Amino acid sequence: MSAATATSRIPHRLKLNLQAIVGRAYPRIVGANREPSWIFFEAILPLLGIAAYVFIYKALGDRALFGVTDPAEIARIRGTTNSLIATVVLGGTMVAFWLNVLWSMASQLYWEKEIGNLQLYMMAPMSRMALLGGMAIGGMFMTSVRAITTLVVGVVVFSITLQVSNPLLLLGVFFVTLIALYGMGMMLASLYLLWGREAFNLSALLEEPIFFSSGFYFPVGGFAKFGTIGGAMLAFATAIPATLGLDAMRQIIVPGGPVLPIPVPWSQDAFLTADVEFGILIVLAVVFLFLARQTLAYLEMLARREGRLTSRHQ
Amino acid sequence: MSNAARKHWRSFKWAAWLGWEMDSNWTEPWLFMVYSVIKPIAGAFILVLMYNVFTLIGQFRDPDLFSYIYIGNAFFIFVGNTLFGTFQVIQSDREWYQTLRYTYISPISYYTYIVGRAASKVAVGALAVLITLVFGVFALGVQFHMPLDHIPMFFAALALGLFCLISIGICLAGVSFMTAKHTHGLAEGIPGVFYVFCGVLFPLTALPGWAQSVGRGIPLTYWFDLTRRLILPPSSIDSGLGFFNDNEILVLLLASSLIFFLLSLGIFKLGEYMARKAGKIDMTTSY
Repeated sequence: MSAATATSRIPHRLKLNLQAIVGRAYPRIVGANREPSWIFFEAILPLLGIAAYVFIYKALGDRALFGVTDPAEIARIRGTTNSLIATVVLGGTMVAFWLNVLWSMASQLYWEKEIGNLQLYMMAPMSRMALLGGMAIGGMFMTSVRAITTLVVGVVVFSITLQVSNPLLLLGVFFVTLIALYGMGMMLASLYLLWGREAFNLSALLEEPIFFSSGFYFPVGGFAKFGTIGGAMLAFATAIPATLGLDAMRQIIVPGGPVLPIPVPWSQDAFLTADVEFGILIVLAVVFLFLARQTLAYLEMLARREGRLTSRHQ
Repeated sequence: MSNAARKHWRSFKWAAWLGWEMDSNWTEPWLFMVYSVIKPIAGAFILVLMYNVFTLIGQFRDPDLFSYIYIGNAFFIFVGNTLFGTFQVIQSDREWYQTLRYTYISPISYYTYIVGRAASKVAVGALAVLITLVFGVFALGVQFHMPLDHIPMFFAALALGLFCLISIGICLAGVSFMTAKHTHGLAEGIPGVFYVFCGVLFPLTALPGWAQSVGRGIPLTYWFDLTRRLILPPSSIDSGLGFFNDNEILVLLLASSLIFFLLSLGIFKLGEYMARKAGKIDMTTSY
């Protein structure tokens, strides 16, 4: 095939892959709308779990206020409690995306294999990345509903105060975090392609431990107060996009300055600002998308060679 | 043992074996044990960090409340495991393994089969609770205090609490017959109801009045309160149930557990009937 012919095929391939993205995103959006019960199960019910974490901080705040009469001290305790509750609400919005990455991205190729769709995808003349991209976009739509619900309920019901100091940076951090997270999901999806039921169990295992290490319900900089182990945990956590994304978003919208931000180890009192975290997140997004492409190609080849591409219930 | 009882026991036994194999045979036993305790331990660590962050920023320590939170969270492992172990059976058999139709037409009680399938998760949950408690007492200074005369009541409350949880799980299984693949929403959301309203992590008095009333209508509230009374030293925390003594709480737990058991029979039958009528008994909703 000549170079001119290959170039002339680019618009066709681009169109085909865009169609694949739309085609894979479509059933997630339309399927969701055909079963509106998901809004109750996936968006409303999970709010209760987040509310429990909010009430822990409320209970601690109430106990701390017991017997305090100094107005300045009362204001300080209330300010601390509000910041921590805002931290939980923001973490709760990102929980939705992390769960979607785990269960609807990373595990998806495994499920597709189980129900017999994977072989059809493999025969279709499209890029696997387009397939995963379509899953990601469809998943983001469904998950955004839950995330927005969490944020609105958090602000309205728990009366938290938020101040957006830099809206553009906030939007940038949010979307780059999502791209990095879903890129990570695409990479995991290719790993799961090779595994059997371990995939399901690994996804289950990546819930609470990641909620913990990424600081979904508390400022992640708190780890730095726990010596070497805390520092190591913090270093590990920064490789997960949700950690930096959450910390940056909290710095931008939780009033009263950053609450326990991620410290810089080589400089006392310095911490990772939202700008720096935004830069690191861009790098993470590029790295994860690149790794996803590489691992997908390699593991698909491996799965084909070992005959595990269509094997079910293993 | 009557024929009916023997039949139910056999269904339970083989379903429990199947559940155990499905849960554990994907890996080596030691890795399965590690896997089974990492999740709950990480869950406990979230609370430890939340408490420590508050003490750091708020300059306030409250060991009584910390023990209250920690014990509640440890026993909550039973809630997540037992509920998920029961209602996910419908969706895993129906959607993932697509074996529900075969099990359903076999000559067994499907209700008993689900209870059996949940048994392995309850057993794994018990191990995780034990490890979490031991870790809390020895590594985090949780104030454990259980006199010998509290032990019989503790185990009676535990048995009733688990009985009640399985009944609630079966109610949800009945609902699952009619819903799409919402296992994760249910797994996250229903325990969330109990997390908030049952005073698991904070005293009922931290909730608004209407929410406290909701909490007093749920049997698990009494289970958690009684468990704390039996294994923690007396504290200054007002749990919102101080006007009941231990025996009264145990009676309330017994009565509400029986009510939920009867409800589970009705809801399960209704869900089953409606799913068969709507042709949804073996539907797949994979999008």
